[in-house]
Amino acid sequence: MEVDQMQRQCLDYTKSLFLEGFLDGQFVQLQQLQDENNPDFVVEVVSLFFEDSERLLNDLTFALDQKSIDFKKVDAHVHQLKGSSSSIGAQRVKNCCIAFRNFCEEQNIDACLSCLQQVKQEYCHVKNKLETLIRLEQQIVAAGGSIPTMEF
Amino acid sequence: MGIAAEAPFHVLAVDDSLIDRMLIERLLKTSSFHVTAVDSGSKALKLLGLVEDEQINEEPPSIALEAHQDVEVNLIITDYCMPEMTGYDLLRKIKESRSLKDIPVVIMSSENVPSRINRCLEDGADEFFLKPVQLSDVNKLRPHLLKSKVKDEEDQQIHDKGINETEVIAPDKTIPKNIVTKNG
Repeated sequence: MEVDQMQRQCLDYTKSLFLEGFLDGQFVQLQQLQDENNPDFVVEVVSLFFEDSERLLNDLTFALDQKSIDFKKVDAHVHQLKGSSSSIGAQRVKNCCIAFRNFCEEQNIDACLSCLQQVKQEYCHVKNKLETLIRLEQQIVAAGGSIPTMEF
Repeated sequence: MGIAAEAPFHVLAVDDSLIDRMLIERLLKTSSFHVTAVDSGSKALKLLGLVEDEQINEEPPSIALEAHQDVEVNLIITDYCMPEMTGYDLLRKIKESRSLKDIPVVIMSSENVPSRINRCLEDGADEFFLKPVQLSDVNKLRPHLLKSKVKDEEDQQIHDKGINETEVIAPDKTIPKNIVTKNG
């Protein structure tokens, strides 16, 4: 595939992620902070997000599995996940967290468990999407091209 | 005293989230600031040379401890929600320190709570940014830094002037030999 074809494909894919609400403008901010001196910035931040999220989701599963649930702790974990998803532009995950925190405040166990399932799903979706996007970008760079940026 | 080359402003960033630290560091560096990022209020105070209250036994807690600043920091930007010491606690400690109180402090938070924002601004924060912080927010920092730089220079001029004009005169109008007036 030609570089410009790859770039078009990459841009179309990125656009679809925005249209479907997986990513928001914050992700564009991240891309804009990447330059020749910091060529791996987006990959580094996204990788950190994956590590962080997986840890938090495990902690949440554990916390909600206890006989006596510490909602303060659950809320603290969700707050962190909301923060990191917001920082990278993972909109759907962030929105799930917002709903999740409301249920924590109400100490509604069933709703919390349901939110946990939802946030896990949303996380899996966005992880797959981001991995695909990064793969496309890396192919472009390997072929000597530059990563196309979206105007937002 | 003129400075030949302007060193970039040094910003101390405080945030317990690694992702947010990476982000703020990149944002600040993109804006040509020199950055040190730490993950807690207590580490920030350590870097600023401010010894914690609990470590001193005899001082009553109301006396601000003097900072021995090894590192010059021109602005502090801190997250609000942090375990142990919040950004607000950090703000208060800085403003209570004679040597650190003039350093501009900016607070960041993911939560838009008007009462929180007002309290921080009333108690000495120069700006309050909602997360995720944008480049446009970081662009608002320079005026605060320039303003405090001007103030530092004015203070230094007043200080120098004061020392040059000081005379120590004993009751019999002789200047004691062991008193030395400093210059500059």
